[in-house]
Amino acid sequence: MGLLFHIGRYFMLLGEVFSKPERRSVYWRRTVEEMDLLGVKSLGIVALLSLFMGAVIAIQTKTNIDSPLIPFYVVGFTVRQSTILEFSPTIISLILAGKVGSTIAAEIGSMRVKEQIDALDIMGVNSAGYLILPKIIATAIINPFLIMISMFLSIFGGWLAGVFTGIISSSNYIAGVQWDFDPYIVTYALIKTVVFAVIIATVSGYHGYYTRGGTREVGISSTKAVVYSDVVILIANYLLTQLLLL
Amino acid sequence: MIEVRQLSKSFGEVEVLHDINAQFHKGKVNQVIGKSGSGKSVLAKCIVGLLAPTSGEVLYSGESFQQMDKERKKLLRQEIGMLFQSSALFDSLTVLENVMFPLRMFATMSPAEMRERAGSCLKRVRIEGQDQKYPAEISGGMQKRVGIARAIAMQPKYLFVDEPNSGLDPQTSIVIDELIKELTEEFDTTTLVITHDMNSVMGIADHIFFIHSKRLWWQGTRDELLRSDNQELQEFIFAGSLMRQVRQAMGGR
Ligand SMILES: Nc1ncnc2c1ncn2[C@@H]1O[C@H](COP(=O)(O)OP(=O)(O)OP(=O)(O)O)[C@@H](O)[C@H]1O
Ligand SMILES: [Mg+2]
Repeated sequence: MGLLFHIGRYFMLLGEVFSKPERRSVYWRRTVEEMDLLGVKSLGIVALLSLFMGAVIAIQTKTNIDSPLIPFYVVGFTVRQSTILEFSPTIISLILAGKVGSTIAAEIGSMRVKEQIDALDIMGVNSAGYLILPKIIATAIINPFLIMISMFLSIFGGWLAGVFTGIISSSNYIAGVQWDFDPYIVTYALIKTVVFAVIIATVSGYHGYYTRGGTREVGISSTKAVVYSDVVILIANYLLTQLLLL
Repeated sequence: MIEVRQLSKSFGEVEVLHDINAQFHKGKVNQVIGKSGSGKSVLAKCIVGLLAPTSGEVLYSGESFQQMDKERKKLLRQEIGMLFQSSALFDSLTVLENVMFPLRMFATMSPAEMRERAGSCLKRVRIEGQDQKYPAEISGGMQKRVGIARAIAMQPKYLFVDEPNSGLDPQTSIVIDELIKELTEEFDTTTLVITHDMNSVMGIADHIFFIHSKRLWWQGTRDELLRSDNQELQEFIFAGSLMRQVRQAMGGR
């Protein structure tokens, strides 16, 4: 089926998703559960990746541009800039698309093939809203926190690597991290993160919701959810970078 | 009352139901019977609007479902209870939460009242002490019964049950049949039961609809069913030896 068909159906689904909830309290409780499931449970992987990412950037920067002409603060500065601008918001979101997106598509997809979505519809529940909206809100709230933790841990990882391998002193690194800091880059990163979170939840929700068939198709939907979330995130990242930084 | 008019349903090129006309009366147990794969579940899903009929319409108390707007459909659906053939319980909710789900979504009751209503529905289907278990932790027959409890939680005006007896032992089967009969009479529900269990047909059916080769092949009461000389119907109902003995006892051929 054509791309246009999917885009049209995706936006129609969003129309359903954002129509008025039957019971706010029920939706809100689901949102809190999803924050735990999709957010808090991703903390481990985010922390691990961020620490190592920061460490690697620090070592790479130091070893690749080692010259007396380069100022002392460049390592800390580079780690901070690349982490806040791209690595944390974009790379971590891509990783989360893999973890969270596949979870969302698999959950909703298996509810579809086991007739549980039909059961919701038959009760008069707006199944798209009930299943997808809490996930959108949950990821849009929790991902910015994950990304901020990731920024912090990346910079900390750079410090650890720099200081323990002895390639840079603690004070030089910290001076670099603080050098010429424009808080707007954090705002920029968090805007991107929220957009990416919405992309992950809706694209994956879409693939889960329109699963047809059996368990094999649930697997296929889950893979598609990750691939399409990644593609859309990359496109959105390019557009947002142009829009917000140029 | 539910009325089905000239309903046909095809999946792509394959026609499953052809020109079905039927009336399902209020306060009566209407049973739809037919071979496996004859389109019984598809008929039920077309009636409740989970599948769109290829042509024809369905009227709920005289009002055409196909002409209702989205809001009206949602309201109507709060009056429909349905047990799916696969039970379709929500995996992530416990037994009690499953039954409470429609109440939480729509009912204006206190949480304590909801719990009490859900508890009494579970008791009616003879499920007790399983409240905190998840669907995966109870047997298939129990899932069916929890599904029925969930379907009746809102005291629906229209009740659809797709094979309530499959996977149940004969004794529990009778309990469930009787429960369906009771509820139908108590709340004056329009009940549609899909089954291929002849015990259930002989036990509670007020009116029987036999689906065969895409069509509504035959309909009538229990007595008419036993006396019918319709060839295909006879082949279907007298396939089991028990029913053959019933026929002999009645002095039939
Ligand atoms: N979503 C679908 N897409 C394509 N074909 C379908 C679909 N659902 C059902 N069918 C076909 O419609 C026919 C009737 O199916 P249905 O499930 O209604 O049978 P049934 O009478 O309920 O059988 P059983 O007693 O085994 O439950 C089958 O041949 C089935 O293959
Ligand atoms: Mg069936």
